[in-house]
Amino acid sequence: MSIHTDRITRRFGAHTALADVGLHVATGELVALLGPSGSGKTTLLRIIAGLQQPDSGRVLFHGADATHVPVGERRVGFVFQHYALFRHLSVFENVAFGLRVRPRKCRPADGEIRERVDALLARVQLEGLGARYPHQLSGGQRQRVALARALAVEPRVLLLDEPFGALDAQVRKELRAWLRSLHDEMQLTSVFVTHDQEEALEIADRVVVMNDGRIEQVGTPGELLASPASDFVAKFLGRPRAVRELTAA
Amino acid sequence: MESQTLYPHPLSAPVTGGERPQSAARRVTSPTTESALVRRVLIGVALGYFAALVLVPLVAVFVEALKKGFEFYVESLREPDALEAIRLTLTMALIAVPVNLVFGVAAAWAIAKFEFRGKSLLVSFIDLPFAVSPVIAGLVYVLMFGLQGWLGPWLAAHGIKIIFALPGLALATLFVTVPYIARELIPLMEAQGTDEEEAALVLGASGWQTFFRVTLPNIKWALVYGAILCNARAMGEFGAVSVVSGHIRGATNTMPLHVEILYNEYNFAAAFAVASLLALLAIVTLVLKSVVERRAHGAHAR
Repeated sequence: MSIHTDRITRRFGAHTALADVGLHVATGELVALLGPSGSGKTTLLRIIAGLQQPDSGRVLFHGADATHVPVGERRVGFVFQHYALFRHLSVFENVAFGLRVRPRKCRPADGEIRERVDALLARVQLEGLGARYPHQLSGGQRQRVALARALAVEPRVLLLDEPFGALDAQVRKELRAWLRSLHDEMQLTSVFVTHDQEEALEIADRVVVMNDGRIEQVGTPGELLASPASDFVAKFLGRPRAVRELTAA
Repeated sequence: MESQTLYPHPLSAPVTGGERPQSAARRVTSPTTESALVRRVLIGVALGYFAALVLVPLVAVFVEALKKGFEFYVESLREPDALEAIRLTLTMALIAVPVNLVFGVAAAWAIAKFEFRGKSLLVSFIDLPFAVSPVIAGLVYVLMFGLQGWLGPWLAAHGIKIIFALPGLALATLFVTVPYIARELIPLMEAQGTDEEEAALVLGASGWQTFFRVTLPNIKWALVYGAILCNARAMGEFGAVSVVSGHIRGATNTMPLHVEILYNEYNFAAAFAVASLLALLAIVTLVLKSVVERRAHGAHAR
């Protein structure tokens, strides 16, 4: 399932969060929206999900206009920055939520829900933790519950808002590699938001560098590093290398 | 969120660190630990004050109520006017609690989860009954709906009776109980944000499913807590209902008003008998309140 945004503009009062943003994400791609805070990357992700409406412009899923399709009918998986797990529900029920709220005629039977949730928990390496509550889990485990919950509704695209933002460095690194391999396995069109250039360059097929509500450059990590299109891109991607060299010396 | 400092939320996480382990071998005196004497004096003052102001009167109520014996006590409560007062008080609570549950959730939802013009005005209005004397609240209703009031003649012409009747009592009770539930919910719902609701919507839940499966379970204990306080206030209110009641025995007398009438008639034992029921209500309220607080702490530790 491909994603296409067509000249998306969004203002908050006098501030323009997104100006004329056009982006194409091909089926099966893993794309990073990279930029400093306030660059509009999260707003773009939320507009693709349907959590926010653009002032103008269109969102297309596989060529079909989805701009006015309600969020619940878009069949997107969304992983929130702070996971937004249902704190009063067990891990199992969190993952099962999307199946349980379906209208009776297309709701799977209890046995099937159980099978599917157990399979998902196994996939995110949380077998046997279904009875726990979110507050009993570590950050990395919560992250994986959020992912399993999003995948349970068999989404057509997966959207992740700062998926590793709230984790410590070590867990971050592990989850990064794991997410990449999960993506290779599932081939689900995915977009994730990050402000961490290393993260974006390491796991994304293509990186979208954003600044001040606009797209500065789109390209593979190699292309971006080899030929940055603007000073901003060069600076934004270059700094961590300089820092790395400094600390290595 | 300056409101949170004004009304510290009773369901927020308990402050830990009140007790410090002290080793027997080497006494560690922390800078915040007072000497034994100071501590004893402070605790003594607090307990003494509490005993004089609260405990002694509470005991006195029961002592006075039982002065003429248990049979007289029971008889005072089974007398028709007393029964009617009890019935009316329960009716008031049955009106005030459900209405305020609906209003409280709606208002708290609007205030905590949306930005709109006039929001701070709405917050102030919810607090108004805390600031205004209940007697004034009652008088306002008399001015509006009484015979000499703005709508009085029209209401009289249509045979609708509000003042000196049940609707007036209900209005006055509603006025004084408005803040209790909304005030419990607003800080909690503000702290919880809208993330979980958004997650539910993305997963395909409808608005109602989101409310009943996500929002409501998250505010459950605050809701129960607010309802308990609202109920206690509805049953115990004196000032506002006194103005609109007209003190018609067996018709518009609630329990607090009935206590006053009996007292003014020098029927002390009967007055204290009815008062003891209200005191019991207060005790039950306190017990329920602490049970709910404990359960809520358990739930919020998550």
